[in-house]
Amino acid sequence: MRSKVVGSFEEAVAGVENGSSILVAGFGEPGTPHNLVEALYKQGASHLTLIANGAGQTREDGVITMGNLIEAKRVARVILAFTASTHPSRKTPLEYLNEAGEIEAQITPQGTLAERIRAGGAGIPAFFTPAGVGTEVTKGKEHREFGGRTYVMEEAITANYALIRCWKADSFGNLVFRRSQRNFNPIMAMAADCTLVEAEEIVEVGTLDPDLIHTSGIFVQRVVSIPDAGGRLEIPPLSLQKTAKNRP
Amino acid sequence: MSNSSKRLTRDLMAARIAAEFKDGWIVNLGVGMPTRCSDFLPEDREVILHAENGVIGYGRNATVAEATPYVVNGGAQPVLLTPVASIVHHADAFAIIRRGLLDVAVLGAYETAANGDFANWRINGRKGGGIGGAMDLAVGAKQVFLLLEHTTRDGLPRLLERCSLPLTASGVVTLVMTDLGLFEPTGSSFRLHEIAPGFTVDDVQQLTGAPILPTPDLREVTI
Repeated sequence: MRSKVVGSFEEAVAGVENGSSILVAGFGEPGTPHNLVEALYKQGASHLTLIANGAGQTREDGVITMGNLIEAKRVARVILAFTASTHPSRKTPLEYLNEAGEIEAQITPQGTLAERIRAGGAGIPAFFTPAGVGTEVTKGKEHREFGGRTYVMEEAITANYALIRCWKADSFGNLVFRRSQRNFNPIMAMAADCTLVEAEEIVEVGTLDPDLIHTSGIFVQRVVSIPDAGGRLEIPPLSLQKTAKNRP
Repeated sequence: MSNSSKRLTRDLMAARIAAEFKDGWIVNLGVGMPTRCSDFLPEDREVILHAENGVIGYGRNATVAEATPYVVNGGAQPVLLTPVASIVHHADAFAIIRRGLLDVAVLGAYETAANGDFANWRINGRKGGGIGGAMDLAVGAKQVFLLLEHTTRDGLPRLLERCSLPLTASGVVTLVMTDLGLFEPTGSSFRLHEIAPGFTVDDVQQLTGAPILPTPDLREVTI
């Protein structure tokens, strides 16, 4: 078996060319491939298309995000469920560039986004969904009636790359996610030509129970071990201060 | 408005709407105020909380000591899992929604209207927006409850005859909880079921952009 493990994040993103389309997984903190995003930021590719749940905020704790890539004008186009911050006071680089017409920002309902990616990974070119019917986000799209209800046609998404974070991987690229780390990760891994994975732990093939693998290694091209996974497991203090309650 | 009139707190609003959850319901709580409901689930009923990120069966918000970087709700807040919890991926989380398995989605909103429309993804003058899972939830869940403040910061009504902002979905709202009371859109008006202590129907009407119809058994908001 040829090992898919590469030695560094730099090596993992080395081939990403200008103009690439990239699926970036994660929902909130869990399952977000911070190390690969940082490596992509340093790597320099531009005119990128990013497909993710959201790509807004830059952070003040040193973690490089998609917001930094956008701020650096390396991104030509985004497909997201959030193209603006939910708080008008916290305006993101994406919003400024979007208003200035310097980036193409496509907003899509989150379930439609997930299904477009799932369909892409499943070889299905398009599907019909009721989400967004009668709203401005489905204007101009093909509508059809099934069983008396109106649906809108949405097209699949595939991409050149997917950036994935998992809990455990083996050297063949079989992946296991922990808890809500799973989110977009398995469907994005299936929808990309080249799937790059940062893993909190890499184990020998044969170690993971085949019944409990979430993503087959046949969808994965490169795996990198996160050297300071322990450090990365720290919850960013900001998100916790905002949300966790101090109970007695 | 009498001296004792005071708008309801966000916790009270969340607790009141959570009291509507029936035994066995599968419930999705939207980002913002609705996620507070997980701290006020009726103890005598089994309610399964579903999140867009595929966490099925989460419970209350985690404390600082309990929080892990692996378990968050649809608002990306650290939560605890209940013993019945299971995890699916994002597309399956939305399959559950479109399949019609959710009894209710509780969502925040900028505006709602007497005809059951609501708007919660883009405000006027902005190019971008945040749809999140709201459009899928609005058309997939059997009912949509809204939790929102009755007026804007400038004192303008958020309950209207027709929405002015771009819609999230049409004609789906079944119950509206604000800091002034509990309302039901009827098509042309809002039926007022419960009112915040100290406020009169006239007070509420003045702060509402659509007709208010008090029910004959109108009472103060009770938990």
